[in-house]
Amino acid sequence: MALSREQLAQRVAQELQDGYYVNLGIGIPTLVANYIPEGIEVMLQSENGLLGMGQFPTEDEIDADLINAGKQTVTMAKGASIFDSAESFAMIRGGHVDLTVLGAFEVDSNGNIASYMIPGKLIKGMGGAMDLVAGAENIIVTMTHASKHGVSKLLSNCTLPLTGKGCIKKVLTDLAFIEIKDGKFHLLERAPGVSIDEIIKLTQGELVIPEHVPEMKF
Amino acid sequence: MAGFDKVVSSYEEAMAGLEDGMTVISGGFGLCGIAENLISEIKRKGTKELTFVSNNCGVDDFGLGVLLPNRQIKKIVASYVGENAEFERQMMSGELEVELTPQGTLAEKMRAGGAGIPAFFTATGYGTPVAEGKEEREINGRMYILEPAITGDFAIVKAWKADRYGNLVFRKTARNFNPLAATAGKITVVEVEEIVEPGELDPDHIHTPGIYVNRVILGTFEKRIEQRTVRPAQS
Repeated sequence: MALSREQLAQRVAQELQDGYYVNLGIGIPTLVANYIPEGIEVMLQSENGLLGMGQFPTEDEIDADLINAGKQTVTMAKGASIFDSAESFAMIRGGHVDLTVLGAFEVDSNGNIASYMIPGKLIKGMGGAMDLVAGAENIIVTMTHASKHGVSKLLSNCTLPLTGKGCIKKVLTDLAFIEIKDGKFHLLERAPGVSIDEIIKLTQGELVIPEHVPEMKF
Repeated sequence: MAGFDKVVSSYEEAMAGLEDGMTVISGGFGLCGIAENLISEIKRKGTKELTFVSNNCGVDDFGLGVLLPNRQIKKIVASYVGENAEFERQMMSGELEVELTPQGTLAEKMRAGGAGIPAFFTATGYGTPVAEGKEEREINGRMYILEPAITGDFAIVKAWKADRYGNLVFRKTARNFNPLAATAGKITVVEVEEIVEPGELDPDHIHTPGIYVNRVILGTFEKRIEQRTVRPAQS
């Protein structure tokens, strides 16, 4: 079975380590905050200028001056700090964020990512995504493996305008956890009950399959 | 006004000197920390052919979005421009020029502009449409693109508190691009919720020193929330 959005978030959360500063993109990545393993402390960075993002406010706590990068009202966690946008991106571009999780439309086997524009259709802008992919060492892209029509999103060459070049090393899809190196996709894990054949069928770029491919554990 | 006293008493005075074709740098992230009333004053003045440098362009009826129906904006430099139907229409029809700029690059362009740094190299945008027409250079084995700084004829800024000398304190994430915008305007106009006497703000707690600020005006704010998200209160 393909992973649900929640399971994608759960699997990403397994990559969190104690003391990590983490930037979560909008959509599935945001859900990762719900699955932080017990006994692990992480601090969430929101690129509009907040390190130590807390949960959503109660009705009484709502503050128009306190939002996250998705423009949602939030609260501050204990030990939070506030800063301007240049400082925020100094953290990101300077490689100080330990883990970045973001979505994409396409990823290719050279580590290129397309996530911000579909010419003629969706032109909303890249926000902070280009800074995040260029600045972070440790990035996990979360997305569905293929479109609803079965068109692969793991390609030999991205077809859409790029968000970043050669910067993606790990992709978690609803079918598989994949590493990108030496110009190839390497299958690390498969979703429970998903066959290797199914993953091969829906991966357009070159895919290296080791002898043993474990199922993800939850 | 006398000496270092930057306080003005009317919005007309606050935006005096803004002319057709000028560039305005605006603070704010989404609708958070925007100079609501300075934007309204620009709408009232009817100044046209303006270039705005701002992370976003508001929504249809709030923020910079209110300047769209009368076609007051010629060009916008922004990182994200969703959530605005009239914006999309003008962009698609070519009436409005849009220069999409990565958010960190946009912040750094303002910072550099205010600091007298004409351009800077960054890895952000290398190999993407953002790099088109820009100088590329390899430094220590990595590729970078040269991004020019930005300065404006005006900067419009929203702060929480100011003293009469224009020293500013921002509140929570309403800070965002505001301190950077403040440095990059030839004339920087700041709208605040409270004005205090010089000496009342702790010098250690001032986010933006008054040297960057030309005019300060006391405003009242709607502070519209774009995405109202709540959790249930614990019973």
